[in-house]
Amino acid sequence: MVESSHNTVLHVADVHKTFGGLHALADVDLAFEEGTTHAIIGPNGAGKSTLLNVIVGKLPPTRGTVVLDGEVLTGKSPYEINQMGIARVFQTPEIFPELSVFDNVMAPAFAKRDGAFSMNLFKSIESEKDIAREAEEIIVDFGLDAMIHTHAGALSRGHKRRLELAMCLIQKPRILLLDEPTAGMSRHDTNTTIELLKKIKSSGMTKVIIEHDMHVVFSLADEVSVLAQGRIIAEGTPDEVRGDPKVQEAYLGGTYE
Amino acid sequence: MDAVILQVLNGLDKGGAYALIALGLTLVFGTLGVVNFAHGALFMIGAFCAVTFRKILTLEKVVLSETELSPWGTPLEIRTPFAQQWFGDFGNVLLDYSVPLSILLAIPVMLLIGIVMERGLIKHFYKRPHAEQILVTFGLAIVLQEIVKAFFGANPNPQPIPQVFMGAADLGVMVGMAEHVITYPKWRLVYLFFSLGVIGAVFAFLRFTTFGMVVRAGMSDRETVSMLGINIDRRFTIMFGIAAVVAGVAGVMYTPILPPDYTLGMDFLVLTFIVVVVGGMGSLPGAVLAGFTLGVVQSLASMTEVKDIIPGIDQVIIYLVAVIILLVRPRGLLGKRGVMEN
Amino acid sequence: MFSIPKKDAITFLLFALVVLTMPIWLSPFGASYPGLLQKFAIYALLAVGYNILFGLTGYLSFGHAAFLGVGSYAAVWSFKLLSMNPILALACAMIFSGIFALAIGYVSLRRSGIYFSILTLAFAQMSYKLAYSVLSPITHGENGLQLTLQDPRTIDLMFMERGVSLPTSSLFGIPMNGYEGFYFCAVILLIGFFIAQKIASSPFGMMLKGIKSNEDRMNYTGFNTKPYMLTAFVISGMYAGIAGGLLAVTDPLAGAERMQWTASGELVLMTILGGVGTLVGPVIGAWIIKYFENIFSAWNESILHNFFAFLPDNIEGFVVLISSKFVGEGWHLTLGSMFVLVVVFLPGGIMEGVRRISSWFLRRKDPTKDQEVVDPENMPKPSSEKGE
Ligand SMILES: Nc1ncnc2c1ncn2[C@@H]1O[C@H](COP(=O)(O)OP(=O)(O)OP(=O)(O)O)[C@@H](O)[C@H]1O
Ligand SMILES: [Mg+2]
Repeated sequence: MVESSHNTVLHVADVHKTFGGLHALADVDLAFEEGTTHAIIGPNGAGKSTLLNVIVGKLPPTRGTVVLDGEVLTGKSPYEINQMGIARVFQTPEIFPELSVFDNVMAPAFAKRDGAFSMNLFKSIESEKDIAREAEEIIVDFGLDAMIHTHAGALSRGHKRRLELAMCLIQKPRILLLDEPTAGMSRHDTNTTIELLKKIKSSGMTKVIIEHDMHVVFSLADEVSVLAQGRIIAEGTPDEVRGDPKVQEAYLGGTYE
Repeated sequence: MDAVILQVLNGLDKGGAYALIALGLTLVFGTLGVVNFAHGALFMIGAFCAVTFRKILTLEKVVLSETELSPWGTPLEIRTPFAQQWFGDFGNVLLDYSVPLSILLAIPVMLLIGIVMERGLIKHFYKRPHAEQILVTFGLAIVLQEIVKAFFGANPNPQPIPQVFMGAADLGVMVGMAEHVITYPKWRLVYLFFSLGVIGAVFAFLRFTTFGMVVRAGMSDRETVSMLGINIDRRFTIMFGIAAVVAGVAGVMYTPILPPDYTLGMDFLVLTFIVVVVGGMGSLPGAVLAGFTLGVVQSLASMTEVKDIIPGIDQVIIYLVAVIILLVRPRGLLGKRGVMEN
Repeated sequence: MFSIPKKDAITFLLFALVVLTMPIWLSPFGASYPGLLQKFAIYALLAVGYNILFGLTGYLSFGHAAFLGVGSYAAVWSFKLLSMNPILALACAMIFSGIFALAIGYVSLRRSGIYFSILTLAFAQMSYKLAYSVLSPITHGENGLQLTLQDPRTIDLMFMERGVSLPTSSLFGIPMNGYEGFYFCAVILLIGFFIAQKIASSPFGMMLKGIKSNEDRMNYTGFNTKPYMLTAFVISGMYAGIAGGLLAVTDPLAGAERMQWTASGELVLMTILGGVGTLVGPVIGAWIIKYFENIFSAWNESILHNFFAFLPDNIEGFVVLISSKFVGEGWHLTLGSMFVLVVVFLPGGIMEGVRRISSWFLRRKDPTKDQEVVDPENMPKPSSEKGE
């Protein structure tokens, strides 16, 4: 049991999630500290994505609550949770395939500025100079400027991931959830992504990152929690966790490649 | 109370038709994942198999009489159907039973149409969005109905009930009630049993044959079954043919109840879609249950006692039920969890 | 509010030119008579409005015929009770269809995908059935709602005497049943087109496209998609209501058959045929279908004989026999076949065909330019496997 200290932003309190008889999450209690990068690792099927699904309101927990800065998130809709400052990158990129890269990045910016609903029916997008500038900047930062007017569905997998990250970052969320942001990427792309994530590390954003790639974990994480079969089996700094025999056992016994 | 029983009975035969069409629609959705708006047209084509069959049987030989004159003073035309001429009394029997006998024509015809339709058009739409499936099959339905109209005209084609099934059966007497309390047209009774029989046959086929078992396995998990090296596509094509046959024979037998015209399919289509959704997309028992339930509900709503309380309810009850079901239980009565649930 | 991007302004001006000169360029096609011209404008408006829902959000409604019907009834009642002024009638049509759309949309939008389609279908069918039965006092059932000599027409009769014949709708003395009627409809169409253009290029329009593309992502991005959808639904319902009102303005009569689901089906067809999600596509679709319905259906064998007269006699006979099945009474067959062919080969509709041909030409002219010109605004939805 982790006591929530004064600088805990997000607290996953005793969350339990079952699918039929399967305990995807059991007594998961995690505190995410302001401004840190917290990695969650664990074998396939450990419940990592499920944990993020519970946080963003995609799935209701069977028991327990998620608290952001003293406010209970459980029961709120995904859009409300996003409006409260939580953005997520999915395991398989969730973007707008039919829209241009530019529009993909502009839309989240509108959500941030105008809220969950706004009837700006007769304003022209072209008159939204500020948002356009912001979007262009981030697209350039992410090296997507060559394809700014291509529709996002035509992007390579790696570019899609990067685009999704850009979509989240333009909202300047308080908490960024990343579900395997480098999976399936080449070593080179992985390193670029690590650099990108490091750059935003200084901005005070809290990051929760799910990762199989230990190289990424050790480059980024301040804190690591290990999830296996729905339970937290170890927590600590990357070095502490690496030496933990329980963790090694979980990985060897699991399906980790 | 008697009136209620009577209305329930009245709803059952219509429910049987709904159930049969919905069954085929569900089979197609479950196996191929296709929302088929042309399924109503298959019902209509089945009905026109009966019309065609009778047309063939009643082809006549016309002889001018040498002795008798018609009222207009021309030689009287004596018309004898070939069937009668060749087979004598047996020919008359054939004519009398033309509707049930049309099933023999309908089965191969519908199977062929079904398979051609699936191989020729529908198979290209497995992976396309549901909206596009709806659109292409909707277009196909228009084409089919217009072709039928081009051949048979726009007027309804009444079909006769075989002599033995004319009139009404006094069901009340059978269960010990007074006479004439619950009488029910015999043909509708035939239709009810017929539809139950076909439904039973389809379920038995799916349950007890290896073919059926593979299809059911494929319905719940297509990937795994194809991974086992079983050619699931061919079976699914045949299932489409079977669905067409079920709709077709349902149409054949319905002709004495409702004289078919080319719009028959569209009228039934909308209702059966509602039936399928109420039963739960992809659930065969759901389709059957919802078919009969909605038939009965519709029939009950058309009782004058009910109409006095809520005027117009008979017109809209099915849609109203659909709306309520979709809102409170989106996956329908017996729908599986997770099958197009949002 | 009235500023639009340059590209849109050009489209609008060209469109206005095409619409306003319709009486001229349609005459070689035998379609330049007021009754049909009015229909061209009215159904184009209907399709433009429908596209705001179906084209932008991807939600397939089978219930828009109901709004068309409500608009017609509201307009005729406004003639009967208040005044023959068409503007007033359109206002009534818009308000009532809007309220109607709000109610139906609120409920139907609790579901998406095919369930949404079925819900709208159910509501439209209910309206249709009720219009024929219980609501007869309002709709006059099978006879249809018509003007009578005894109508109160309160506002009109304050200023003038009751005439001896049935009045026609007129705008400050201009009657609404000839070419004037067409120009009135055309102006309304242009306004509707302009508004649709504004919506499509607004952030609101972008959100609708986002919903079509990936509704879940919209939610995780912080958008409450329901009110966006509902607004789009109501706006497009109002377009349908105004179109229904215009039908009544040009011919003061309203019948329940306008509400039948096949009428909604026809509307879907128009949109698909022309090109879903594009602005002009649905208009072209509407024109083609209305042209077929009115001109093609009037063709008969003798016209075909003249048409194919250049062929040798026996071939001519055969060709005429086959093609006669597709015209006249059989024009629906043409329509259905065309529809199937379009969905199979050109899911983006006629607009996609135009785009393919023009990009082919562009490439031929300029072989160095190998990059395809992608216009993200009008991108057809790629089939689901693509992009992975
Ligand atoms: N919606 C669902 N319904 C039923 N079972 C689910 C659902 N989502 C996840 N599960 C099950 O819960 C378990 C945990 O899944 P989860 O996706 O959270 O694993 P993960 O740790 O993210 O694995 P991976 O590394 O493969 O992404 C798995 O056994 C999975 O099959
Ligand atoms: Mg996962």
